[in-house]
Parts: sequence; C-alpha cells; structure tokens
Amino acid sequence: MRKFFSLGLVRGLLWQILGTAIGIGILTGIRQLLGLAPWKPEPAMVFGALLGAMFFLYGVGVLNDWIRVAAGKEIQEHIDETGLGWRRYFGASLDHKVIGIQYLTLSLVLMVVGGTFALIFRSELATTGMQFLTLMEYNTLMSLHGIVMIVGILVGIAAFMNYLVPMLIGARDMSFPRLNAFAFWLAVPAGIILLSSLVLGGFDTGWTGYPPLSVRAPIGMQMFFLGISLAGFSTILGSLNIIVTIIRQRAPGMIPFRMPIFVWASIATSIISLTATQLIGLSFQMVMFERLFGMGFFDPGKGGNPILFQHLFWFYSHPAVYVFVLPGLGLISEMLPVFARKPLFGYKWVAISSIAIALIGFLVWGHHMFASGMAEYLRVPFMYSTLLVAVPTGVKFFSWLGTLWRGKITYETPMLFLLAGIVVFLLGGLTGPPNATISTDLHLTDTYFIVGHFHDTMFGGYVFPFFAAIYYWFPKMTGRRLNEKLGKLHFWLMTPAFIVLSLAMMRVGMLGMRRRIGDYDPELNFVIDHKIMTVAAFIIALGVLVFLINVFWSIRKGEVATGNLWNSRSPEWQVPSPMPMHNYEKPFEVVGEPYDYGLPGSVYVKFKESE
Amino acid sequence: MKHVVIITILVIASTLLIHTGLTSIDLLPVEASAQSVEIDQLFGMYTWMISALFSLIMVVLVYCLIVFRRRKGETGDGAYITGNTALEVAWTAIPLILVVILAYIGGKSLGIIRRVDPSAMKVKVIAGQWYWQYQYPEYGVTSTDLYLPVGQQIDLLMTSNDVIHSFWVPEFRVKQDLVPGRTTELRITPTLIGEYKVRCAELCGTRHAYMEGLVNVLSQADFDKWISQQQSAAPADPALRGQQLAQDYGCTNCHSTDGSQKIGPTWLHLYQSDVELSDGTSVVADNDYLKTAIVDVNLQIVKGFPANVMPDFSNTLDQTMVESLVAYIKTLK
Repeated sequence: MRKFFSLGLVRGLLWQILGTAIGIGILTGIRQLLGLAPWKPEPAMVFGALLGAMFFLYGVGVLNDWIRVAAGKEIQEHIDETGLGWRRYFGASLDHKVIGIQYLTLSLVLMVVGGTFALIFRSELATTGMQFLTLMEYNTLMSLHGIVMIVGILVGIAAFMNYLVPMLIGARDMSFPRLNAFAFWLAVPAGIILLSSLVLGGFDTGWTGYPPLSVRAPIGMQMFFLGISLAGFSTILGSLNIIVTIIRQRAPGMIPFRMPIFVWASIATSIISLTATQLIGLSFQMVMFERLFGMGFFDPGKGGNPILFQHLFWFYSHPAVYVFVLPGLGLISEMLPVFARKPLFGYKWVAISSIAIALIGFLVWGHHMFASGMAEYLRVPFMYSTLLVAVPTGVKFFSWLGTLWRGKITYETPMLFLLAGIVVFLLGGLTGPPNATISTDLHLTDTYFIVGHFHDTMFGGYVFPFFAAIYYWFPKMTGRRLNEKLGKLHFWLMTPAFIVLSLAMMRVGMLGMRRRIGDYDPELNFVIDHKIMTVAAFIIALGVLVFLINVFWSIRKGEVATGNLWNSRSPEWQVPSPMPMHNYEKPFEVVGEPYDYGLPGSVYVKFKESE
Repeated sequence: MKHVVIITILVIASTLLIHTGLTSIDLLPVEASAQSVEIDQLFGMYTWMISALFSLIMVVLVYCLIVFRRRKGETGDGAYITGNTALEVAWTAIPLILVVILAYIGGKSLGIIRRVDPSAMKVKVIAGQWYWQYQYPEYGVTSTDLYLPVGQQIDLLMTSNDVIHSFWVPEFRVKQDLVPGRTTELRITPTLIGEYKVRCAELCGTRHAYMEGLVNVLSQADFDKWISQQQSAAPADPALRGQQLAQDYGCTNCHSTDGSQKIGPTWLHLYQSDVELSDGTSVVADNDYLKTAIVDVNLQIVKGFPANVMPDFSNTLDQTMVESLVAYIKTLK
C-alpha cells in the first residue's frame, strides 16, 4: 500500500483533488466576505480546476528540483532510476525515453477514450431518430471525441519526438529534462479537466467552441477551455525543448542535411507549435473571460465581434493540422527506405518540403471561414495560399514512389501500415482542393464531406504512421517485438474498414448530410450509408483491440529482439535493445548519409572507441 | 522503358475506370439554382483531376509493390538511387502550374456565382434557436417558410438573433453563415420549381439537427398568388396577429402561455400583475413595461431569471409587431 502511494501519479491525483477543493473553498469564502451569494458554481469550478492542476504538478514531484534551486539547495544532475523498475513510468522521471513512453501510454489512453465516444455516437447515428442518447449527450460526446482525439494526437507526437529525437541525433537526453517532465505531467491534469466536462453539464459546441454558442453552454464548456489551455501550454513547452535539443545537441558531423528526416519533421512541427498554439489558448481564454467577467470580446451587443474568434481560433487550428501530419509524414519517410532497401529519394527535397508546408500552413487559415461572413475579398488570397500547399505535399508523394522504385520491398507489419498511410493520405490530399476553391467549398463546408476528408488526412498523416512507428520501435523500447500475425490481423481489420468509412462519409456529405447532427432527415435516405459506416467503425475498433491485446501479450511473451531487427542504418539500431539509461555508452560521429541503403560498405554513424 | 509503357497504359485505363465509376453513382443533389450549375461544372473538373492523380500515384505504387518486391531467397539491397534533380524540378513545377490554373478557374467560378443582378428580389432572413423567419420588404409579408419565384435572382439579407447559424439548401449548393450583430448576404437564382429544405449548417446548439425549414420554389404566377394571399390573410385583430408572431419568432419556446415554467417568465396572468425585478424594485406590467421588455430585453430583468438570455428583437420587430404581441399578451388572463 505504501508502494502504491509512493507512485507520483497517485500522489498527483490526490493533490489535485485537494487543490480543487481548496480552490472552490477560497472562491466561495471570498464571495462570502464580500457579502455576495456564496455559491456561484462557474467561477468556483474554474478556479478549483486551475488550482487542482497546479497542486497535481506539485504532488507528482516535477516542481521539487525547481523549489530546491529557488531555496538555494543543491540538486542532483544525473539521477539513476534503474532500481525503480516499472514504477519509473508512474512518476516524475527525467529520462526522455521514459517520458516518451509515458506520453505514448497517455496518448493511447486518450485515443481509446475518444474512440469509445465515437463508437457511442456512431451507434446513435445508425438510424434516424434519437435511439439512446439525448441531443445534449450526443453533442457532448461528438465535441469531446474531436478534442480528446486532437489532444491524443498531440500527445502521441510528443511521444515519438521525445523518445526518438535525442536518440536519432546522439544526445544523452533533451536539453531541458525538468521542463520535459513538467510539460508531460501538465498534460495529465489537462486531460482530466477536459474529461470532467462530461459530468459538469457537457458542452454542445463542437471542438471549435464558437461564441456566442460557447458563451451560453453549460459549465462543461469552461472545463473544455481550461483543459485545452493547459494542454496547449504543455505543447508549447515541449516544442521549445525539441527545437533547442535539435539545434544544440546533435552529434559531431550531423550537419542539417544529414539529420534523419524525422528530425526535420520534428523541428518543422515544433516551430508551428511554439508560435501558433498561443492563439488557440488566447481565443479560448477570451471566451472564458467573457463568461466569467462579462468582457464582451465576441458579443455584438457590447461591440464585440463573433468572427474575430474564428480568426484567432483557426490561426492555430489550421497549422495544427500540419502539427499532426508532419511528424507522421516524417515517420513514413524515415521508415520507407528501410523496407524498400533503398535511399530516400530526393532527401533534401523531402526535408525542405516539410519546412515549406509548415510555413505555407500559417497563411491558409481563412479557408475554414469561406462561409463565415468575413470580408468577401479576403476569401480569394486564402484560396490561392491553400491551393499552394498541394505543391510540397505532392513532392512527398512523388519522393515516396521514387524510394520504392527498383527497391527490394518487404512486407513486415510496419511497412503495411506505412503503405496504408500513403494511400489514405492520398485520399485526404486529393479531396482537399475542392475545399480550397471557394465556390465548391460553399457546398462542402460544414458537411460530412469535410468529416471524411479530414479523417483521411488524420488517419493517413498520423494514425497509420503512428501504428507503423509503434510496431517498428516497440523492440527498441522493450527488447521484444510485437507479434506479426496479430499485427497483420490488426492491419487487415482496420485499413479496408477505414477506407469504406471515409468514402461513405464524403458521399453522404456531398448529398446533403450536415456535420455535427445527432439525427438526420429520413427523406435523405442515408440510413444504409450510416449503417455501413457504423459497422466499419466497429471493425476499426476491433482492429485496435487486437493491437492492444498484442501489446499486452508481447511485452511479456513476445519474441526477443535485442539486435538490429530491421537491418537499419540509424544509430539507435546499432546498439542493443532496450536502450541503456543514458543512451549511447560511446558517442558517435556522423560519417555518411542517413539513408544510403544499397551503397556497399557505407555507414551513417561511427562509434568512437575511446574518448 | 518497358515499365513506363505498362504504367502509362494502366494509368489511363484506371483513370477512365474511376471516372466512370464516380460519375455513375449519385454524388450531388439535383441542380436547382443557376449557381449550382456553375459549381457542378467545377466538381466535374475535380472528378477528372481526382481520377487521374489517384490513378497516377496508385498505379505506380502498386506496380512497385508487385514488381520490386523481394523475392524468395533474394538478399542485398535495392538499386542505389539517391534522387534525380530533373524529376524533382518537374514534379514541383508541373503541380505549381496546375495550381495556378486551378486558382484562376476557382476565382472565375466565384465571380460567376456571386454575379449581382441589380433587379434581384430582396428577402430578409432572420434565424434563431431554432427557427427560420423571412421578411419580404417589397411586399410587407413575413413567413416561416421560404417562398421564391423561379428564374429570378434572390438577394438574401441575413442575420441571427442569438448564435451563428448557416443557410444551406443543398440543391442550391451555396452556403452562408448568419452572424448576430451583422448582415450577411447570399445570392441565389432558383431554376427548378419544387420543394426543398433549408438546413442549418453551423452547429447552433442541441436542436441544430432539427433546424430545417421548407423552401418552395414557385412559378412567377404562383408566387404572386401566394404574396397576395399573405397580404390579405393577415388577421385584422392585433391579438391574433400577435399570437401568430409569438409562434413565428419563437417567443413561446421560452415563454409559456399556460403558466408552466420555461426559460423565461410565463405570459399567463402577466398583464397588470406586479412584477418583482432583480434589482429589488417592483413594477406593474402595463403596456409600456411589456413593450420595453420586448425591445430592450436586459433593462428590466425579472427576479429569478438570468440576464443576457433573451435575444435582441429591437431590429427584427417593428412598432406594430410589438403592439400586436402586447395585444396578444393582454388576452392571456
């Protein structure tokens, strides 16, 4: 029992409960002193949740070192955590590999939760009329599905960036290990606060939270705003750490054009996260203040402007799409040469295309607002900039084909997921331009076509590469590989079902199915299509279930794989798995190109025999 | 060279096959407006583009996966090819040119669907949670269903009473949000007589799914007949007109007329009763009180009810409409 309470996570949760109670108490006390009616739920809950998050961070222990430094005490530089065993993963660790796996676990938990929400409301949509949900429950689940998946993806990206970047560039750890732990543990209370909206009345606005609707929604709305603000703060700190680590900690000889392509993608995505996330936090906090303090930022009755919110919101939330897909596309480019046994075709072009997508991505947010009532002439430049994204994205597709051409391709599970990622992302990419040209978008916007389109980009650009990466690096993390048979079963359940689902979504959308509705007009004859989509969704879930079973089984009983399982040139595979505590015992030097498969006698890195 | 010939043939065959497939299934509702014809032409072009690009990438991909797979007993790596600058320039430049052409076509298409006909008939559209309301200022008619004459451009001037809504008739293709505090504009030229539905396309709360209304496109003669019917059908009794308005504008969604508890205070026995306000004072609900309560909604908040809930009706209801509503409330004794 004492062991249980010594876990950082458990202490954090207990402190969070305490902090929330104190926060509610303080606010109620102040109101009492001021002679106001003491119980006003909304400010009390918001203040309580905020204080709860801070107490969580204290309880879990990520502030300890900073408190010691502030008090003028010594802190340990290198902490040996090997004695803790599995318990390392449930407390504040400073090891980037532990933090990476913590992020990965949190990401899987969030995505299973978000996916379950989808299954619930997908079943509701199987036929017309409301079956077992109320309209409010439907809207809450639909909104939470969106945002929980988004946070899950952000956390999943942080997982691979944290786990892989220091390893790929030959660093002992991240530049700021304490900040790294802080950023991860901030995401945990953020997720809890976000999910608490479920029991605080929910919210009916979708993940976009447009005012004035979000000003009128129940208290759950505030938990959504607060949870996302905290999760956003976590992302900003995480991306800062990644950028500094990549700039400062590369191994000797690793000039920019010899960095692994995933490192390029990580820096591109981190630049967006570092500079744009503030805008979603800001826009959500403005609505929070409008609700709490009556500041009419977006209330036309007080001279506010509801469309301003949409600009602030999309200035982050469109680039966020590239935050999600750039690492995923980077993972595809990283792994494809290994399975094709060929150099990455046009390495420099692929690297630069990531940066180009990141930069153009900042200038396209207005395409979400073609029907919003923003100044009409503004729509045209946004159409041009949006269409331009097709160019660097095309470069990636052609480079992948160039990589496969005349290769010696093998089909292990990670490769299957990479190929699914390419095909599904192609579907998402090709259905993009009709949303970029304004006249066709005026038909498509806010319909299921958009739902199908962005699920294609998310699955192709993130979910499939993410699974590929798990199958690929699982041996590095655990020393055992995932079962191939179950992996292939997972693939064949998930991929065809997903393609059917997204194509059906796009079809009903074009025919008149709106987004975000819990019930649809029987006259539209969409029942068959929705039944197909619901069945497909459950088949995808079954695939994920097979994957989870595979993980739990393989962690203990999987085939031992401590060597260079995929015959990769990358430095992390040149040492035995799992990776030792402070990564490489001998530092390495970069002496060749990262992807020169097929060039006899060449290596990417050379380990120094002695210092 | 053999590869290139095979792939070219397969890409062309696949493009034709996919295009035939896509055009033979239902993908768009009927075209019921001039704008929809223009937009569908662009969709038609996209169908070709998507068929061709999908085929190009997929044929090469599948071809590689089959032809360049590792065969049993094979060892070693693939060919050492790190890139090809000429190819990279080509597949950057060609898409760039295509994008410029597409941008031109997209701009032109927008120009056509937004073409202004100065003789367009104006219709004011007012949306709220969860109703549609139309005013025909040229005829002095209001309605909860939209009636439009065929073959004439309609200029919809739209606003919202509460949250953001969006006007979308799938058969007309185009869509425009209705934003509180400002007027947005949508131009539609109906071309096909028939009944359609306007479906709110911007999430506007729990009953968003049901925020649908009838749209009737009539021949000019039928439309004129409908207008004159409406003009003569308005009841002479202000109380009856008020009862109609209370329904049309959604008043009775929040204010009951039978004494039951809803979001706002009930109207039953309201007239000439004593009303306790949230600032502690008390007033008699006379004519002036009721009128003010309708047009300046947050001035006198009834005790026990929150402020900033009722939409602002000062711009949507004129003087006679307000008087009709008051006349109706007076009858609820």
